[in-house]
Amino acid sequence: MIPGSFEYHRPSKLSDAVALLGSLDNDARLLAGGHSLIPMMKLRLAQPSHLIDLAAVTELKGVAHDDGDVVIGAMTTQHEVIGSELLATSVPILREAAMLIADPQVRYMGTLGGNAANGDPGNDMPALMVTLGATYVLRSASGERRVAAREFYLGIYETSLRPGEILATIRIPAPPKGHGYAYEKLKRKIGDYATAAAAVVLTVSDGKIASCAIGLTNVSDRPLLAKDAAAALIGGALDKASVAKAVAAAEAIVSPAEDGRGSVEYRTKMAGVMTARALARAFARASV
Amino acid sequence: MSKINVAMTVNGKAVSAEVEPRTLLIHYLRENLSLTGPHIGCDTSHCGACTVDIDGKSVKSCTIFAVQAAGAEVLTIEGMAGADGKLHVLQEAFREMHGLQCGYCTPGMIVRAHRLLQENPSPTEAEIRLGISGNLCRCTGYQNIVKAIQYAATKINGVEFKEAAE
Repeated sequence: MIPGSFEYHRPSKLSDAVALLGSLDNDARLLAGGHSLIPMMKLRLAQPSHLIDLAAVTELKGVAHDDGDVVIGAMTTQHEVIGSELLATSVPILREAAMLIADPQVRYMGTLGGNAANGDPGNDMPALMVTLGATYVLRSASGERRVAAREFYLGIYETSLRPGEILATIRIPAPPKGHGYAYEKLKRKIGDYATAAAAVVLTVSDGKIASCAIGLTNVSDRPLLAKDAAAALIGGALDKASVAKAVAAAEAIVSPAEDGRGSVEYRTKMAGVMTARALARAFARASV
Repeated sequence: MSKINVAMTVNGKAVSAEVEPRTLLIHYLRENLSLTGPHIGCDTSHCGACTVDIDGKSVKSCTIFAVQAAGAEVLTIEGMAGADGKLHVLQEAFREMHGLQCGYCTPGMIVRAHRLLQENPSPTEAEIRLGISGNLCRCTGYQNIVKAIQYAATKINGVEFKEAAE
């Protein structure tokens, strides 16, 4: 399969990349890891006239602490996320989730920013970012804009990214030390998107859940923040009754598509099962 | 669309070719450089038969444009054996342990296994299986491929290979 023709650009500065994107407008697509875009181009489902490769923009790489946030450059690859000691210590759920994305070859190329910004409900990082309360720093020729991950996703491949904007960095408020976390993903095989997946980040104090956020992957047209499910758990221990309440609240907000991964009923139930498993693991991991 | 000159280092040799930007690396390797070791299996980023090593990363060369690899160091199966024709320890291991039947996936398997052992010289069986999870084999059931990688790891580490009882 041969993609359509395009002109290739390889800026080395973010300012050049946004200037280029601004001037070429709708005819251009950004190339990050390319492992979503290039398959689409080979199928001719995407036929951009220009590709702006961000691989040489070094300012879009790297992981750092800044002002209580963990700041990750959008071009940081999944492989680099997995290998980052800083992330393993501060936001370990990212490594756990990245290990479940695609396969080793794809993780060497696939980027955090591409995964987050593409708007594909099958991608794992969006639900993680929604759970962690991340903020996306968007750059364009006219400056910088910040959008909460929880406001970013509008539908399938639909985000609040405007023409001419690049997701430059992701800022994650560092979860408190001793927090519990887990990402549970049900998939048919390596490389598959989730049948359903759940992310949980919580803190425990005196045996009771003090804070909790739950995100769900691939069971709607966008990543979901299961607010009622999390609210049902605050102030109590994690027991059978509270988990049942949370699971019911999570199942109530999903609307998965029926596909090769299963029926609507099955995928709904699996969203509940993943929520319960992630809660159990996250609770066990939290310092009390 | 006009062609551009794309130059890189492949198996230690400086190479270049005039190609369109849309030329995939697998086509650049096979058609411009006549390196037909990397195979086109699924052509959809799943099977890993086209895997090559680019600057120390295992990459499916059907899912990267040649121009993205401009200036890079690329290793294909053709670059694994020594200049004198002596097999690389992984090639020897796949032969000794019967790590292939039809052989279609083998170039990708070996190049991927090479990077895996560079990153993790003494992988557990589970780590090997996860490490080659981006490479599909439809013949062997993976058993002998895993054994071959274990054999190569022990050889590289200078210890004796002991086959697990079955």
